[in-house]
Amino acid sequence: MSVAKPLPHDAARLHVTGAARYVDDIPTPTGTLHLAFGLSPIASGRIASLDLEAVRSAPGVVHVMSAPDLKRDADCSPSNHDEPLLAKDTVRYVGQPVFLIAAKSHRQARAAARLAQIKFDETTPVLTIEDALAKDDRFEDGPRVYEKGNADDAITNAPHQLDGTFEIGGQEHFYLEGQAALVLPQEDGGAHVFSSTQHPTEIQHKVAEALGQPMHAVRVETRRMGGGFGGKESQGNHLAIACAVMAEATSQPCKMRYDRDDDFVITGKRHDFRIAYRCGFDDTGRVLGLDFTHYTRCGWSMDLSLPVADRAMLHASNAYHLEHVRICSHRLRTNTQSATAFRGFGGPQGMLGMERVMDHIAHSLELDPAAVRIANYFDSTAASAAKGKGREISPQTTPYGQVVDGFELNEMTDTLLKSADYTARRAEIKAFNDANPVLKKGLAFSPVMFGISFTLTHLNQAGALVHVYQDGSIHLNHGGTEMGQGLFQKIAQVAASRFGVPVETIKITATDTGKVPNTSATAASSGTDLNGMAVQVACDTIRTRMADMLAQKHQCAPNDIRFKDGRVFAPNTEYSFAEVANLTWQARISLSATGFYKTPEIEWDRINGKGRPFFYFAHGASVTEVLLDTLTGENRILRTDILHEAGASLNPALDVGQVEGGYVQGAGWLTMEELVWDAKGALKTHAPSTYKIPAFGDQPDTFNVALWDNSNRAETVYRSKAVGEPPLMLGISAFLALSDAVAASGTAYPDLRAPATPENLLSAIQRVQT
Amino acid sequence: MNIRFLLNGEQQEIAVKDASITLLDWLREDKRLTGTKEGCNEGDCGACSVIVTDEDGAKPLNACIVFLPQINGKAVRTVEGIAAPDGTLHPVQDAMITNHGSQCGFCTPGFITTMACNHLNDITDHATALAGNLCRCTGYAPILRAAQQAETSPVPPHLRDQPIPSATQIALDDPHWVQPATSADLADWYVKNPNATLIAGATDVGLWVTKQFRDLGAVAFLNRCADLRGITEHDTHFEIGAMTTLADLEPIMDRAHPSFAQMIRRYGSAQVRAAATLGGNIANGSPIGDGPPALIALDATLRLRKGEVSREIPLKDFFIAYGKQDRAPGEFVEAILIPKAPQDRLKCYKLSKRFDQDITAVCACLWIETEDNVITTARIALGGMAGIPQRAANAEATLLGQPFNAETFRAAMTALDKDFTPLSDMRASAQYRMQTAQNMLWRYWLEDQGTDAQVRT
Repeated sequence: MSVAKPLPHDAARLHVTGAARYVDDIPTPTGTLHLAFGLSPIASGRIASLDLEAVRSAPGVVHVMSAPDLKRDADCSPSNHDEPLLAKDTVRYVGQPVFLIAAKSHRQARAAARLAQIKFDETTPVLTIEDALAKDDRFEDGPRVYEKGNADDAITNAPHQLDGTFEIGGQEHFYLEGQAALVLPQEDGGAHVFSSTQHPTEIQHKVAEALGQPMHAVRVETRRMGGGFGGKESQGNHLAIACAVMAEATSQPCKMRYDRDDDFVITGKRHDFRIAYRCGFDDTGRVLGLDFTHYTRCGWSMDLSLPVADRAMLHASNAYHLEHVRICSHRLRTNTQSATAFRGFGGPQGMLGMERVMDHIAHSLELDPAAVRIANYFDSTAASAAKGKGREISPQTTPYGQVVDGFELNEMTDTLLKSADYTARRAEIKAFNDANPVLKKGLAFSPVMFGISFTLTHLNQAGALVHVYQDGSIHLNHGGTEMGQGLFQKIAQVAASRFGVPVETIKITATDTGKVPNTSATAASSGTDLNGMAVQVACDTIRTRMADMLAQKHQCAPNDIRFKDGRVFAPNTEYSFAEVANLTWQARISLSATGFYKTPEIEWDRINGKGRPFFYFAHGASVTEVLLDTLTGENRILRTDILHEAGASLNPALDVGQVEGGYVQGAGWLTMEELVWDAKGALKTHAPSTYKIPAFGDQPDTFNVALWDNSNRAETVYRSKAVGEPPLMLGISAFLALSDAVAASGTAYPDLRAPATPENLLSAIQRVQT
Repeated sequence: MNIRFLLNGEQQEIAVKDASITLLDWLREDKRLTGTKEGCNEGDCGACSVIVTDEDGAKPLNACIVFLPQINGKAVRTVEGIAAPDGTLHPVQDAMITNHGSQCGFCTPGFITTMACNHLNDITDHATALAGNLCRCTGYAPILRAAQQAETSPVPPHLRDQPIPSATQIALDDPHWVQPATSADLADWYVKNPNATLIAGATDVGLWVTKQFRDLGAVAFLNRCADLRGITEHDTHFEIGAMTTLADLEPIMDRAHPSFAQMIRRYGSAQVRAAATLGGNIANGSPIGDGPPALIALDATLRLRKGEVSREIPLKDFFIAYGKQDRAPGEFVEAILIPKAPQDRLKCYKLSKRFDQDITAVCACLWIETEDNVITTARIALGGMAGIPQRAANAEATLLGQPFNAETFRAAMTALDKDFTPLSDMRASAQYRMQTAQNMLWRYWLEDQGTDAQVRT
């Protein structure tokens, strides 16, 4: 069977030879126009006058549109209809598109975008959490609250209390391929769209709306993205819609790709958070009561901020069993880029809040932080024991009431701390720190428990389309998109396994709304779980037809027909798979099938915060050791050990790739990646010259990654587990290790803010030294 | 004007109408070789890396900030030309597949070309050599494994490109741009065209075009001025031609001043160092360039030339104010003279959010000599602390004539407060800049005493 094999990415050979095509590489018809947006230079105000004469007369410019030139309302929002393609009369952030240029070249369009004369009546922008709270500028009526037990009483009555507030910065996706779309106008007013998107159906829906057409008139194709990370879940809408309306206006094909600076300035990023906490706990560090307040800076439009803030709440207790907890979430509107999906979707921020509390408790009690975490874990056996023994042990639940079953972290933590030699290294590090006045080492362990499923329950569905041709070759299509995670290969391995053929028999094809309709975004780590199951269903439909045909021919039961190693075995006879395909065709039996899957057992009330939003949880754990220079705050990751759960992995090599990459991306978020806006709301870190993602030398010197080998208890495809987002949160251990190193240079709690840039580290060092 | 070069082994002769067309745009838009990717269009991500071979050998360059005239006479190899003509993969391509080194694949062509170039040049310090290639998916671990795996495989013969020595000479009367063959030709032309833009490595001017859409006016490309390039070792000093790249400077400094060499290895990336010149780094006048503080601490001299006339000034005096240098119209940087000293006393400390390929927040370069434990010479040059790279006059005065001990350094740290009023920006706050600059003085003292005070050495 091809599942569980560590096969390379399906496009690896195309990647290394430069043959893999991304949107900007697709050969375009003669006359294709290149688009660019003209952007608002101010964060808040009314457009008093818009003079585009110089833009129109710039070299190569063919057509220019501002909001009044749009034939129809062209909205780009995935949620709230609050993102006009072009600003109407007011602008809401620095970088908001105000007008749209079509020119003969990309460079000419970009050059012309700078030539507009715009006069504004500026108003005071709402930029910070304080600004938004002061003006009560928020999404939804008020804060959302999830509650279990009585947190206030439990905190008050606990032997120890502590509280704190800390800031968590956002994160730019920095997908290497910037946003891009290409639209070929069709003869009947429709559009064929090529988009670098995680959500082709959303593009189809929004483009159809902007063109005044039914969805059937728009076909969206996505072969691959050059990285997504959530940044292409909704942020590609603008480009596809812009191309569609410009193609309609000019009858020419239109292509748009953001220059990197534009990409930074226009598109949303990970939400930055402020998290306040009050905690009561006992002498062992066991949390008795906990009260969190999340302040989420959502930006100018709603986008996906509500489910992001929800997921932050859902992960606010991470892997710990809390009896008395209250989580309050403020979703604040600011005149900045509209913060959007980013790998983890709020989960990382919520989880970091909890890990911060664990660290703070351990520091205050002078206990080992790993021991405090273990003391607070869910019980591995409580849920199953409760099932077996009736009411003797009540099942443990999350703050939102989901029973925790299949909790793996007790065993995983034990295994990891041993393989990482945690206890001995703690002692070595203490000795090092005692001997070194300037350099300090830090060590930290942190666990991840991440809920798998879209919290918007109806999104948990997927479709597939499989054709077997008469020569036995197989055409595979499904609703998931490939952004580098290896989804296509994992699903091809599923299809190959169902038919018992080598994976080379399977042709992987571009995601296409004309083949599989009404798809969900490839997001929430759900790509393989949902689409893999849908493909399995489609393959099994065809395989059953083949088996029925052969069973009739050989007068045996369909179950006696076996598909293996590219052969099909009937009693006393065997065929090649191709022969069976041909026989099935000759028997006038369909060799094409759709497949459909919806996740079972989930239901969720997001207003009251009750239910079972997740089909299951994925777990991981990491230990990071860092070296810190207390003169400057410069630092380095010396060693990282990770144990991560992928269930029965469909492809261990691709899964390890997600774990390694996720860790480094998470560590980058919490260390060197810093977004800086100026006092007028302009993003000052808008290119890789000023915004620093981890470079080659920032990977840990020693990097040990292992998968926790255990089948998923939930009935997922081949009992695998989702692995896209959870590893990002393993990077939290890098942040905590830096905090540990800071703590070694003094006595007070470091109170480190994220990201732990050298500057933030140095101010924390001063804090503990005073 | 026509230029000639090799592209993946095939000769190209093209008419360049607009000298500001980048190699990347030409490859992707004119040649439809779309394997080379645009990630940032400013030389910071490496997705557009190509191999360029000239008389000095093969180097990786960021095609997004190379103008076509710069490759006149050279050989260019893109990702499409890395596998053998019969389709056999290069060892680094094989290794990237078997080690799962690509995920989304968008950075991969740039990695492949840089890795193939490193493989060709037998470079195995991968962390330094690949710092200019960003990957957002893998976390780099599998790419490192791939690079290591390929180290011992033989170099495929087709990778050994040769430049075209007989490439077209560009006439100096061209109305749009010129490419002088000697410094004398340049001097003569520049006096007549004193408002022209001189382009050496284009690692900064490239961005004037790709990001700012500036009209460069008349342009002289200096890449064919062979006599401006190279290092001559004299008895008393090193003479560094202005067109010497940072990559070429590094090995010389590694012998003479290893701390400077260590900082050079963090200057941009391999792709940037292969293009950027020391003369450009100085003439540009940036307050955060990393060359000048080190060179000022080394007491370097600048040789400027206008027409037939050359003059020499201490480098520290070249920088007058932000955006203003002691350079007359029509005058250009010809060479940098670095004095030799019996003992290397230089320490260079560069501070940035990211270790590799990041623009300096603070750069402190210190040269402190003692005699009988009394400080006799102190040159402390800082970048990122003022509108120009500048000496710390008060801190130096505090050190001079004092015993070489902790108290003296503490006093100098305090004195530094009077030397600078740094700015706050997205890289660092004023307070952090001042504090770390002071701490770098302390680090000099500590390191001299044998205390470890850097996380990477």
